[in-house]
Amino acid sequence: MGRIAHGAVEEIVKILCGVKRVEDPDQKIKVNPDGSWIVLDGINYKPNPYDEIAVEEALRIKEKQGAGEVVVVSIGGDDSVTEMRHAMAMGADRGILVKVDGRVDSDAAARLLAKVVEREKPDLVILGRQAVDSDQAQTGQLLAEYLGWGQATFAAKFESLESDEEKAKQPGLQVQDGKVRVIREIDGGLEVVDVQLPAVVTTELRLNHPRYASLPGIMKAKKKPVEELTPAELGVDTTPKVKVRKLSAPPERKAGIMVPDVTTLVEKLRNEAKVL
Amino acid sequence: MNFELTEDQIALRDAARTFAREVIVPVAAKYDRTGEFPYDVISKGFELGLMNLCIPAELGGLGLSKIDQTLVIEELAAGCVGIATSMGANDLALLPILIGGSPEQKERFVRPFTEKLRFASFCLTEPGAGSDVAGMSTTAVRDGDHYVLNGSKMWITNGGVADQYTVFATVDKSKGHKGITCFVVEGRPEGLTVGAPEDKLGQRASNTVALTFENVRVPVENRIGEEGEGWRIAMTTLDFSRPMTAMFAVGVGRAAMEHAIAYAKERKQFGQPIANFQAIQFMIADMATELHAARLLTLEAAALVDAGKKSTLVSSHAKRFAADTAMKVCTDAVQIFGGYGYSKEYPVEKLFRDAKLIQIYEGTSQIQRMVIARELLR
Repeated sequence: MGRIAHGAVEEIVKILCGVKRVEDPDQKIKVNPDGSWIVLDGINYKPNPYDEIAVEEALRIKEKQGAGEVVVVSIGGDDSVTEMRHAMAMGADRGILVKVDGRVDSDAAARLLAKVVEREKPDLVILGRQAVDSDQAQTGQLLAEYLGWGQATFAAKFESLESDEEKAKQPGLQVQDGKVRVIREIDGGLEVVDVQLPAVVTTELRLNHPRYASLPGIMKAKKKPVEELTPAELGVDTTPKVKVRKLSAPPERKAGIMVPDVTTLVEKLRNEAKVL
Repeated sequence: MNFELTEDQIALRDAARTFAREVIVPVAAKYDRTGEFPYDVISKGFELGLMNLCIPAELGGLGLSKIDQTLVIEELAAGCVGIATSMGANDLALLPILIGGSPEQKERFVRPFTEKLRFASFCLTEPGAGSDVAGMSTTAVRDGDHYVLNGSKMWITNGGVADQYTVFATVDKSKGHKGITCFVVEGRPEGLTVGAPEDKLGQRASNTVALTFENVRVPVENRIGEEGEGWRIAMTTLDFSRPMTAMFAVGVGRAAMEHAIAYAKERKQFGQPIANFQAIQFMIADMATELHAARLLTLEAAALVDAGKKSTLVSSHAKRFAADTAMKVCTDAVQIFGGYGYSKEYPVEKLFRDAKLIQIYEGTSQIQRMVIARELLR
């Protein structure tokens, strides 16, 4: 890549982040009667929360280095620019929209991103560990594989998100000597890995609290450039390899019952619920 | 005529909405209870550019249109209108300088507010001059290259935390409103006494004090406009700021409506959610219609200000109707909550108390009607 200067020299990093437009999970989601997809009428959208964490992390690395560039990429229709503008209002420098109508599966997304990475030559790609719409959690891993790069998934932070380090907006990812040190959240603890740059990192929720978009940030964001690319230009066939057969809503919770006393409660837990 | 917001306006509104939901709402009840000044919330708001919305780009501000400003204000007020009032008070104090000040005065008194968090207060009302603004008795007497101010000001928002005061005083009481003159008092000069915070019914997070001026010396170069221009400057300020105040009302009303809707869907009586009853449905329908009308009136007033047209009539329509609507919506929200609505455990009693002030400050609902009638009957 040639951008990473080793030793005492300040390391300048170019970071690429994915920003996906997703249905706001904090609203009532209904499934179409035929189970083909969710009802999209009147749905609100927002940036994937894991991607906001990725953008925040990239900005902190840039701020700590005192130089660098944060580029956001979105795959989707023209409306996806709204979510990229949000990332640019947070501080990202520019956007790339890969214009695709219709759904793109994780594999096609990874192949599109791989082509964008080939053009942009970033030192580090930070993606959300998953998008909160279809919860696949595959794109980051597939991308690293297509690029032949190292990867570290589920990046988190040692310190609590209520700690002074977090309040001081320190990055959890440590970029140094051509490597990125990543604290990974694993079952029952944390794992520390060093990954050779360039690399792909995906973010866990416990990596940072993303900043708010400020009003001056919003005013600046509208002047930042967004480049448009198409799958054809990138030479990628986005025909899905995975087809969603059917969606169904979780069964409705039944109403609870009131028990007269603790004895009855214990009896019911033991004999009916069989949890004691 | 186009009722669509632009992409930028949606982004500004959403930024303010997120801030209100995540930063203001969680602490609104606490500050209402304690009456402490919410420095932490306000300093976060300042960092995000949610204060001093009126400052034009050439003075280091964001250069937002009045419509943009009202969109932000509605969201902040939906979070807590007391906090929104304290966040918005700088605009009211800086507007007279933007309206009547020289370029040098704007640099000196307005630009610094974009650089670090500071508070300024608009000082018009007096113990004996509320709605009767022209009856003010604070005097300004010329003494060489200074004016000497004497008198009292009442209900001054942020007066206890401010270090710059926009003060209206008369240079000649016999001239009535033609004697009123506008001054900027910097810092806490000798002779300026700041009273204890008022213990208010609502909007308790905003700081409200009385100020006493005893031989306070103000340099002549701090006079905004000419002697006797203060009345025009104050009235123009209020024409510009009434859409903001109207949006405070829309915000608090919307918050009450949202609580009422959520509660009506959850609360069960007679074996079903009370939202199924027409008595509740009609209250909610009226809330929505009237808040929508109030918002549109307010946006029209803001659009007139943006277009540089006279906004007095529509600004008064908006302020009067929005304030009265907010009070009605909050009253009905308490009604829908029933006994729970009267309890401090639930959020609507605060909104009910907060809404009342909007019918009073920046021109009571009665004064707005007088303005409207005067415009129609002239």
